[in-house]
Amino acid sequence: MSAPNLKIDNLHVSIEDKKIVKGFDLEINGGEIHAVMGPNGTGKSTLASALMGHPKYEITEGNVAFNGEDLLEMEVDERARAGLFLAMQYPSEVSGVTNADFLRTAINGRRGEGNEIPLMKFIKQLDKKMDLLDIDQEFAQRYLNEGFSGGEKKRNEILQLMMIEPKIAILDEIDSGLDIDALKVVAKGVNEMRSEDFGCLIITHYQRLLNYITPDKVHVMMQGRIVKSGGPELAERLEAEGYDWIKEELGIEDETIEA
Amino acid sequence: MSTETKDLQYDSNDITGFSKERQEPQWFTDIRLKGLELTGQLPMPKPEKTRIIGWNFTQFEHKADSRTFDSLEDLPVHIKQLVGQDDESGNVLIQHNGHGAYQVLSEELKAKGVIFTDLQTALKEHGDLVEKYYFSKAGKIDKHRLTALHAALVNSGTFLYIPKNVVIDVPLQTVYWQENPKVGFINHVIVVAEEGSSVTYVENYLSEEADGEGVANIISEVYVGDNAQVQFGAVDNFSKNVTVYVNRQGHVGRNGKLEWALGQMNDGNTISENLTELVGEASIADTKAVSVGRGDQKQSFVNNNQHYGKHSESMMLIHGVQKDSANSIFNGITKIEHGGTKSSGDQTQRVLMLSDKARGDANPILLIDEDDVIAGHAASVGRIDPVQLYYLMSRGISKKEAERLVIHGFLAPVVNQLPIEGVKKQLVEVIERKVQ
Ligand SMILES: Nc1ncnc2c1ncn2[C@@H]1O[C@H](COP(=O)(O)OP(=O)(O)OP(=O)(O)O)[C@@H](O)[C@H]1O
Ligand SMILES: [Mg+2]
Repeated sequence: MSAPNLKIDNLHVSIEDKKIVKGFDLEINGGEIHAVMGPNGTGKSTLASALMGHPKYEITEGNVAFNGEDLLEMEVDERARAGLFLAMQYPSEVSGVTNADFLRTAINGRRGEGNEIPLMKFIKQLDKKMDLLDIDQEFAQRYLNEGFSGGEKKRNEILQLMMIEPKIAILDEIDSGLDIDALKVVAKGVNEMRSEDFGCLIITHYQRLLNYITPDKVHVMMQGRIVKSGGPELAERLEAEGYDWIKEELGIEDETIEA
Repeated sequence: MSTETKDLQYDSNDITGFSKERQEPQWFTDIRLKGLELTGQLPMPKPEKTRIIGWNFTQFEHKADSRTFDSLEDLPVHIKQLVGQDDESGNVLIQHNGHGAYQVLSEELKAKGVIFTDLQTALKEHGDLVEKYYFSKAGKIDKHRLTALHAALVNSGTFLYIPKNVVIDVPLQTVYWQENPKVGFINHVIVVAEEGSSVTYVENYLSEEADGEGVANIISEVYVGDNAQVQFGAVDNFSKNVTVYVNRQGHVGRNGKLEWALGQMNDGNTISENLTELVGEASIADTKAVSVGRGDQKQSFVNNNQHYGKHSESMMLIHGVQKDSANSIFNGITKIEHGGTKSSGDQTQRVLMLSDKARGDANPILLIDEDDVIAGHAASVGRIDPVQLYYLMSRGISKKEAERLVIHGFLAPVVNQLPIEGVKKQLVEVIERKVQ
C-alpha cells in the first residue's frame, strides 16, 4: 500500500452563491502534519467541510485528488471509506444512538459486509482508546454527542479518529474549548496516530496545540486561500505578533472572504 | 356529520347465549346487554381530523377456534421468541385467538396472592374482584359506540391483580396471538396494583397476515393504588387487514406512579386513546409511545394526562415516523383540573416524515384550570436533519444505514423501556421491517 496523498488544486467553494474559498492549493502526504491558521471567517471550516462533502457547500472550480482518485466525485461516505476523516468544529448530536453502536456501525461500514469486527475485539479496542483519552467508560453507552460538553465532544471526535484509523485526517479547531489537560490528552491521541500511513491537517487558532503536536508545515489562510507558508516557527511568530505583519507584507487590507 | 357504520349483526338472544356458554356471572351478562343497547344509541368516536367513515369496526366473526399448548416448545418460533427467558421468565399468559392457551405463574407469586389469568377464568374464580374493577373508574362503557360494542361482545381478556405491598421484580407478560384475524378480537385487560405494590406488565399483540378483514377492540384499565407502581409496556402489531380501536386508561392514587411504554406498530387503520387520571396527591404519569405509519394507513393517537391531585406530575413523549402515504394525527392533551395545585405537566410530540406523500400532525393541547402549576409542551413535524446524516456518513456509514440509525434512535425511548429482551428485539425487528 502506498502512502496516502491528498492533493488540493485551485479549489473554489461557494455557499448559497457566496464565494468563500478562492483558489486553495495544498498537498498532504502520509507522515506529514500541516497546520492551517488564519483569522476568523477566512474560510478554514468551509474548506474542511467541502473536502468532506457537506451538502451545503458547492465546489465551483478546482480539483481534489485523494490517493489518485477524484475525491469530488465521491459521496460523503465513500470519501470516509477511502480514508478521509474530519473532526468537526461543531459535531452533530444523534439521540437514541449510543456512541458504541455508532462507532461499530462506522467501523463495519469501512470493513464491509461479511468482514464485521468481532464484538469482543471491538469492545477491547474501544476500552483501550477510551482509557488513553481519559474518557469515562459510561460514554460508550451515552447517546452520540447528546448533552456532551464542548470539550467532551472534541474528545469524542478524537476517539472516533483513533477507532476508525483514517489515512488523512482534518482536525477543525479540535483544541477549542479544551482545558489544558484535555489538550494534552487530545495531542497524545493524535501523536499516537502519527506514522508514514497517516497525514493530518490541523486547523487551529493557537500555537498551544502545536507545542504538543509539532507540524511539518504551517500555512496562513486569508481571503479564502493560503497566503503564506512556513515551518513551525511561523506559528510561533503568529502567536507573538498576530496577523498584521503578514497583511502588511502582502498588502492585504481586508483578510476576510469579502475581499 | 355522518359517522354511520354497517349494522351490528347480533341481538340480545345471541349475547345472552354467548354469555351463558362462557358461564359468566349474571352481572357480567347484564353489562353485555347494556352495552348492546348503547351500541344502538351512541355515536361512533370522532377522532379529530381523521375520517373513519368506511372503517370496519363491526363486521367480524365472533367465535374462533383456538388451541391450547402444553409447553412453550409447541408454539411457533416467532411466538416463543417473545417469551422472557432466564431472569425474565416464569410468568406468562399466551392467548390464542382470544382464549387462554398457555399459562405459567410462579408458585411464589401465587402464594403471595397474585392473580394472573385470562378474563373468562377470572370471572369464574374471582368474579367479585373482577366486578369491582370491570368498567369502573378507568373504563367507560358509554364513551361512544365502540366502548359499548366492546362491553357487549368482549371475548378475550386478562386479569392481573397484585395484593397490597407485594413487590414483583420480574415482568409479567401476556402474548395475544391472533392466528385468524377475521375474528373480532374484543379484549379487555384489567391490571390492579393495590396499595404499596409494584409490577411490570408487558403485552404483545400480533396477528398473522390473512385474507379477509378483522377487527380489534381493546380496552385496558390500570388501577395504581396509593404508593403503588405500575410499568405498563406494550407492542401492538396487528396486520394490515385489522382495524384497531385501542383504549388504555390508568387511574393513579396518592404517590402512585404509572409508566406507559407503548410501541404502536399496527399496519392497519388505528384509533388509539391513552388516558391517565392522576387522582391522588403527588401521583405521577410517564407516558411514552412510538409509532410507525406506512402504506396508506390512517391513524389517530390521543394521549391524555389529566391532573386532579395536588403536586401531581406528568411527562409525555410521543414519537411517530411517517412514510409512504401514511397519515397520522397526534393529539397530546395535558389537563390540570381545578384543585391540582403545584402540579406539573410536560409533553413532547415529534413526527419524523420520510416521504412527501405522508402526513403527520402533532397538536399539543394544554387545558389548565389552576394557577399555581407548571405546564410545558413541544411539538414538531420534520424530516431527518441532513447535517446529522452528513455527520454519520462522514464516518463511512452509508446513507441508508445512517437513516436507519437516526430512525431507530428516534424510536429508542420506548424500545429501551421494555423490560423483556425478546419483546425489545421484536419491537426493533418490527420497526426495521416497517421503515425499510
Ligand atoms: N451556511 C452559511 N451561510 C452563509 N454564510 C456562511 C455559511 N457558512 C459559512 N459562511 C460564511 O463563510 C465565511 C467563512 O466561514 P468559515 O466557517 O469557513 O470560517 P473559518 O475560517 O472557519 O472561521 P473560524 O476561525 O471563526 O472558525 C464566514 O464569513 C461565514 O459567515
Ligand atoms: Mg471554523
